[in-house]
Amino acid sequence: MRRNPKELDSTHRTLSRRALLLGGLQLAFAGGLAMRMRYLQVDQADQFLLLAEENRINIRLLPPARGQIFDRNGIALAQNSPSYRITIVPEDAGDVDKVIADLSRLIDIAPEDLERAIAEMRRSPPFLPVTLADQIDWQDISKVAVNAPALPGITPEVGLARIYPRQSDFAHVVGYVGPVSDYDLSQIEDPEPILRIPRFQIGKVGFEAKQEAELRGKAGAKRVEVNATGRVMRELDRRDGAAGADMQLTVDADLQGYVQARLGSESASAVIIDCENGDLRAISSAPSFDPNLFVRGISVADYRELTENTYRPLANKTVQGTYPPGSTFKMVVALAALEEGIIGTEETVWCPGYLEVAGRKFHCWKRGGHGNVDLNASLKQSCDVYYYDLALKVGIDKISAMAQRLGLGVRHNLPMSAVASGLTPTKEWKTRNRGEDWLIGDTANASIGQGFMLASPLQLAVMTARLATGRSVAPRLVKSIDSIEQPDGAGVPLGVNENNLRTLRRGMFSVSNERRGTGYGSRIIEETMRMAGKSGTSQVRNITAAERAAGVIRNSDLPWERRDHALFVCFAPFEKPKYAVAVVVEHGGGGSKAAAPIARDVMLQALYGGTPPLEAYPKKDRSRIRSQQERLERERPVRQLDGSDRA
Amino acid sequence: MSYLEYNAKTTPSGLRKILFLNWPLIVLLVSVASIGFLMLYSVAGGSFSPWVEPQIKRFFMGLVAMVAIAMVPIWFWRNMAVVAYLSSIALLLAVEFFGSVGMGAQRWIDLGFMRLQPSELTKITLVMLLAAYYDWLPRERTSRPIWVLAPIIMILVPTFMVLKQPDLGTSILLLAAGGGVMFLAGVHWAYFAAVIGAGVGLVTAVFQGRGTSWQLLKDYQYRRIDTFLDPSTDPLGAGYHITQSKIALGSGGWSGRGFMQGTQSRLNFLPEKHTDFIFTTLAEEFGFIGGVSLLAIYMLIVVFCIAAALATRDRFSSLVIMGISLTFFLFFAVNMSMVMGLAPVVGVPLPMVSYGGSVMLVLLGAFGLVQSAHVHRPR
Repeated sequence: MRRNPKELDSTHRTLSRRALLLGGLQLAFAGGLAMRMRYLQVDQADQFLLLAEENRINIRLLPPARGQIFDRNGIALAQNSPSYRITIVPEDAGDVDKVIADLSRLIDIAPEDLERAIAEMRRSPPFLPVTLADQIDWQDISKVAVNAPALPGITPEVGLARIYPRQSDFAHVVGYVGPVSDYDLSQIEDPEPILRIPRFQIGKVGFEAKQEAELRGKAGAKRVEVNATGRVMRELDRRDGAAGADMQLTVDADLQGYVQARLGSESASAVIIDCENGDLRAISSAPSFDPNLFVRGISVADYRELTENTYRPLANKTVQGTYPPGSTFKMVVALAALEEGIIGTEETVWCPGYLEVAGRKFHCWKRGGHGNVDLNASLKQSCDVYYYDLALKVGIDKISAMAQRLGLGVRHNLPMSAVASGLTPTKEWKTRNRGEDWLIGDTANASIGQGFMLASPLQLAVMTARLATGRSVAPRLVKSIDSIEQPDGAGVPLGVNENNLRTLRRGMFSVSNERRGTGYGSRIIEETMRMAGKSGTSQVRNITAAERAAGVIRNSDLPWERRDHALFVCFAPFEKPKYAVAVVVEHGGGGSKAAAPIARDVMLQALYGGTPPLEAYPKKDRSRIRSQQERLERERPVRQLDGSDRA
Repeated sequence: MSYLEYNAKTTPSGLRKILFLNWPLIVLLVSVASIGFLMLYSVAGGSFSPWVEPQIKRFFMGLVAMVAIAMVPIWFWRNMAVVAYLSSIALLLAVEFFGSVGMGAQRWIDLGFMRLQPSELTKITLVMLLAAYYDWLPRERTSRPIWVLAPIIMILVPTFMVLKQPDLGTSILLLAAGGGVMFLAGVHWAYFAAVIGAGVGLVTAVFQGRGTSWQLLKDYQYRRIDTFLDPSTDPLGAGYHITQSKIALGSGGWSGRGFMQGTQSRLNFLPEKHTDFIFTTLAEEFGFIGGVSLLAIYMLIVVFCIAAALATRDRFSSLVIMGISLTFFLFFAVNMSMVMGLAPVVGVPLPMVSYGGSVMLVLLGAFGLVQSAHVHRPR
């Protein structure tokens, strides 16, 4: 086909023109692409780099080892022991159902655990391990380990679990840990991310809860690179956390064990405090419970049994139980009066069995009266009328002030749950809280530790220690944190006339060591260890006039919850006080009968640092004491949960 | 100008033709392919398998084919245009009936030694046919409606067949490349203005009609458009590709994270990392500098082609070279727009770099045509 050259030129020119135009457009478009690239890669680079890192890097927290808790001799009270669990990686297992069937032929898997695991497997990607069974014992783990080749995808794993080797002995002191609950999280402002680790355990009650900050430690973290489906490709770096602080308590585990066993199944509590430095050697509340149950997750039935028990095993009666101190309060009234110079030691009061105050009869516990009573006799025989009279002269405000100097009505700062402050009423307090005027009868009630007066066994022990030493002894529970000794509670002199204190101590000595003393039955024979004490019996009901007319019903005839509380406080040795003890037996009846023997046994155990020789006891008690010692020895459970008890 | 006018004396013959090949173009193609090998090596986690090895083999097969095609005079290829076009239509029909389904679309025929995607072949045969048509068509008829309608039918037949597979990317490329060749051939402006006007009108109608009784698209189709316009509305669903692609690209920064150091592609955050989205890996590992360098090499190839097209006075040669370079340009322009979030994800590979046999072989074959036109140009 031939065309004329002119036409050829013209078509070629058109083509060239349009080709250049198209080329220009292409260049412009490429320029646009380059601009876009510049925008994304240079202008917005930082933002996209951040997004890329977010894509890529996951931070995994490494839970720290919780601080351990020891007694004053290094015996473990709370420790971390290896706990075994069995996990399955569905991806590696292949036929999950078959592997699980094989596994359940080897070990028992709880059906609810299995159900939960299967549900979890459905939700999570197949390369993530799912826990099949937790808290497996060593035998089962070794069975699984031996059969590992036949169980693809199954891995025995080891973690740390909290364990309380002394079981129920320290349930109230140390408390227990448990997994973080939604409620826990809602209570904490800005919770640490570590708390969101599934099954991470925090202190729930007691020392574990109060010292949570120190015990928990600092979480470590590792940064891992993950791919788009969340599979971990490699670890980028790791920052190890810091283990929680190890705590040493002032308590003596063996003594505590004894006290707990001695209190037995009574609803009772006992506190042993070191007079010299305030160290709490034992602080026992009975009945107790096994805190290990809570760590593993307590069953509904077990929990109901604990909450519905009328003896309230979950309550720490030593610090949160407050009782009318009864006659143990009489030293306070006497000291207040002596300090005020209102009475002399020789002055006597006539006790006809009652005192009429503002037209109302206030009875002495001894219906027939004590006759002429001086200070020493008033303590020894616990004459109530003497103290009615004294209190009316001194006035309630001075008595309460003295009570507070002796450690009653003030909240002692201890890392335990629900430490109560008790109550030392004043005129002003009653007006403010009850909207009523203070009545003279209230003073009479308060003088014998009844009425509004409330104190915890801990406060009574502190009071006794302060009377014994004349110093403001303060209770101390933590001996050292990470081997750093904590300040002791020796305290400073109370500023009370030493002669007055000596008079009181003398009276308390009479209680325990003289015939007709209310604590004479529970005396210590050993010369160097003789103790001085004071019994108390506090009413939990009002004895009506009608009842009194009909003859007061004997305590043992009343239903348990209406019986009197039995109290006893003491210190020993008399010459050089080492320990002060307070014992409260709820609804136990008379203090001298129910509480004093316990206080004496406990005191001897503390003084001898072990089972005391029978020679320390009065002759006629020895055979009974021997059989009691043998029984307690038998009953005390084997404590060693594992071989690593002593640290 | 007809091949009869070629001066046999000035046209190289025999193996001497090799000396007259457009060598700069070959060097540029080899460098682009090498960048491709490097990136495939990187996304495979530093391994020649599974992608680099077959890709290199195909590249060398393609190079041999390119030289072989270049040795054959361009007028032979012009005479073959109709046959080639009809063959590719026949293959498209064959795919329709015997083809295998891959990636949710029916695209290729298994030839035993390779899988052939007729739709790729069609991109070139369409350009050849249009070039031959306008070489044959007298100048004065170029803009007459009946003579305009004929090439439009030539374009639309394969376009619809490909669209039915479904392969939206290739359809767009066929339309654009065909339209480009018509434009170059000198079809009157008014036709293009009319088409563009109609297109704008249609888009406006689509958006204006949304939510009214006469809306043109289904609701889910509107949602897809929304996702394209703002991927952040659906970051884990349909917008995932675009969002992740932009993250990978942007995190490369000025000079990139370094070879084999790209995290996003290697950790599978990127979809289709060895095929359509391979540019993001390049941009992440070599940054803005790497991305712009590849774009520059691509544009150099286009510029060399335009120069070759202007240098020949043979109308078929010019149109074929321009058509092929335009197709090549559309490949990388659409792909880059897509990964940079400027265009919807339509499934167009990055030419010579993305893993894939058909595109590589067809493109090298097409450059064989360019070389042939260059070697056999009238001097």
